[in-house]
Amino acid sequence: MAKKKQIEVDLNSGWAYAPAPESKGHIKIKPQYNQFIGGKFVKPSNGKYFDTINPANSEKLSSIALGNAKDVDKAVRAARKAYSEVWSKLSGKERGKYIFRIARLIQERAREFSVIESLDGGKTIRESRDVDVPLAANHFFYYAGWADKLEYAFPNKRPTSLGVAGQIIPWNFPLLMAAWKIAPALAAGNTVVLKPAETTSLTALKLAELIKDSGLPDGVVNIVTGFGDTGAAIVNHPDVNKVAFTGSTGVGKIIQRAIAGTNKKCTLELGGKAANIIFEDASINQAVEGIVNGIYFNQGHVCCAGSRLFVQESVYEEVIRKLKDRMNTLIVGDPMDKNTDIGAINSKEQLDIINKYIKIGQQEGAEFYQPACKLPQKGNWCPPTLFTNVSQSSRITQEEIFGPVLAVQTFRTVDEVIAKANNTPYGLSAGIWTDKGAKIFNMTTKMRAGVVWANTYNKFDPTSPFGGYKESGFGREGGLHGLSAYLNLN
Amino acid sequence: MIRIKSKDLLPDFKFSPAVDQVGIEERTARFQTRSIKSETKVVGLKKVLNMIDLTTLEGKDTPGKVKQMCYKAQHLHDSIPDLPSTAAVCVYPSMVSLAKAELIGSGVKVASVSTAFPSGQAPMEVKIGDTKFAVDQGADEIDMVISRGRFHTGDYNFVFDEIAAIKEACGKARLKVILETGELGTLDKVRRASDIAMYAGADFIKTSTGKISVAATMPVTLVMLEAIKDYYYKTGIMIGMKPAGGISKAKLALHYLVMVRETLGDAWLTNEWFRFGASSLANDVLMQLVKQETGAYQSADYFSID
Repeated sequence: MAKKKQIEVDLNSGWAYAPAPESKGHIKIKPQYNQFIGGKFVKPSNGKYFDTINPANSEKLSSIALGNAKDVDKAVRAARKAYSEVWSKLSGKERGKYIFRIARLIQERAREFSVIESLDGGKTIRESRDVDVPLAANHFFYYAGWADKLEYAFPNKRPTSLGVAGQIIPWNFPLLMAAWKIAPALAAGNTVVLKPAETTSLTALKLAELIKDSGLPDGVVNIVTGFGDTGAAIVNHPDVNKVAFTGSTGVGKIIQRAIAGTNKKCTLELGGKAANIIFEDASINQAVEGIVNGIYFNQGHVCCAGSRLFVQESVYEEVIRKLKDRMNTLIVGDPMDKNTDIGAINSKEQLDIINKYIKIGQQEGAEFYQPACKLPQKGNWCPPTLFTNVSQSSRITQEEIFGPVLAVQTFRTVDEVIAKANNTPYGLSAGIWTDKGAKIFNMTTKMRAGVVWANTYNKFDPTSPFGGYKESGFGREGGLHGLSAYLNLN
Repeated sequence: MIRIKSKDLLPDFKFSPAVDQVGIEERTARFQTRSIKSETKVVGLKKVLNMIDLTTLEGKDTPGKVKQMCYKAQHLHDSIPDLPSTAAVCVYPSMVSLAKAELIGSGVKVASVSTAFPSGQAPMEVKIGDTKFAVDQGADEIDMVISRGRFHTGDYNFVFDEIAAIKEACGKARLKVILETGELGTLDKVRRASDIAMYAGADFIKTSTGKISVAATMPVTLVMLEAIKDYYYKTGIMIGMKPAGGISKAKLALHYLVMVRETLGDAWLTNEWFRFGASSLANDVLMQLVKQETGAYQSADYFSID
């Protein structure tokens, strides 16, 4: 028999989109940024600065103060002073006013924040404009509303603030994570010392400028910048009452060891290796879209990314074929172009880690697929990547890659997929795709994951608690749960 | 004993693939974030013009009206050089021979609605007669309506057989099957009706008559494009798509092209496989094209309404 012609669609040529760059003319990035302590921008005590780089072209954007333990001490003292002299004495209603003001200012300056977020972190302007910045504003709006209603939020309790909160945030959603941390802390009546990640300090420092504009009393929010040792100084500072950390499981363990034996409260939001499960009765075309949103959103730099895909064997070929089609429509490149779907990898270090895992996947014998796409010459890039024929015991299915790399496994029965999905030290999130409501409820009770999305993926809302099981951390952010993490409830 | 190979069996249309409305709406919103600029925009707008079925389907249609429209189809805006003509004009069967004569040698096709358009509430013989008449008059394309009432009662065999009979009556004319999606109620039913139409012999599937208030929408069109893709993957046969009604702005039309490009690929971006059923879209596209050339928007009075 003659070989049958492969039926396929060509999604990658013909009428192509011309560049549509977002303008950068309206923003100002200073050549040097200092730390925000006690309401003032102060130079680092050692006089040292480090560079922050645009990962899309490897060019330097600005210099950032290299904070050390001395600076952290200064910041914690400022926070303590503001707490005992001003912030803890203000009524909830007055605190709420300030938080509302911050929310509105973020909305007013949304374009500026989006552009800087994309320049500094490499994420696409579409995502920083449509997801990160509006969601950051929404978190402030949401928690502003709770500030004067704490007694109603927790009936029969007497909620009181904790004191000074030390907060350390990651580089994948810089402004949004700052909002997740600062908003509930302030609403609950605490003051804050926050450290952004070293590769993405700019929007946190811009937020500091905005907070200054808002008239928030000096020292209520302090921002120190630097690397891991700066963060360690916050965690170890004896006058910090609460530690909130989002980042890797490795660092999360170090933090827990460090605060053992102290009475510091702690919430940790750590890594993940989420199962995204496609049943044969799912709406396959929409499930494919969900797979793409699950793993290629924000270059896969998402702790809750759906990085393990489970497809029921009867629809496996259809799903993979359509997934490859969809991957061919993804545009990789300049994060500032409004049509870009996948931006730059945040740092050279992260790109090395991703490439290491891609090599491991190939060595493990998994089938490797990347769509043909032109990558820019300079900068850090990784095309969307797919590994099929992987096993539960492959390293690429077990370890968090934190990049646009998807590992696909098949399954036959519900019990099998539940067992496989839960067979991981992580437990942050999961996705389930089926047209059957009963199946969804059955699955959600059995998945050991903090968030389970049904027929959608990577949806965030300030009213909804977010956090993990097992080595994905403990404590919740968002919603009332997120508020209670910043309160003593007696 | 009769042996039937399972691959020759028709699918059971009750089990057409499920469609998730929330997911569909999210995807169409995403198409609308594509930013179409400069050269891409000009090329796209010209494609749109070339995909239009310029339509008049009114009780008050007269030879005079149809003649004017046929001239416009060939001379959209002569002050811009190198503009394409529209793909077709779409008229009632009674106007087909006139339109055919007006369009001789222009390459613009004549499409005729038939099968007791727009309701489809007539006996089969009438519908077949209606279709044969239009074809005899010279129609290149037939736009039929499905029997939505029978579809809602679950009589899929009737709907299927009717489409197949009309297809036969069409002879060489291409058949567009109007699902009237605004009357179907859910996206699952849109998908089911699309599957029935394609398996029964449609060359094109079309959203709407333009006679009821919810006509073409991006979600409905996406569901139909996905059905076309699944059918193509299964059979290797390309089916065309025609959203009709409600698309009057150039920007929206460009987003439809984005949706086609990212769902079915560039092969469908010609008027052989994609059409817009529209009466007022052309002028907005022309206005945008003039703006691209001169940098300024002109008054609507500069563009002929017929």
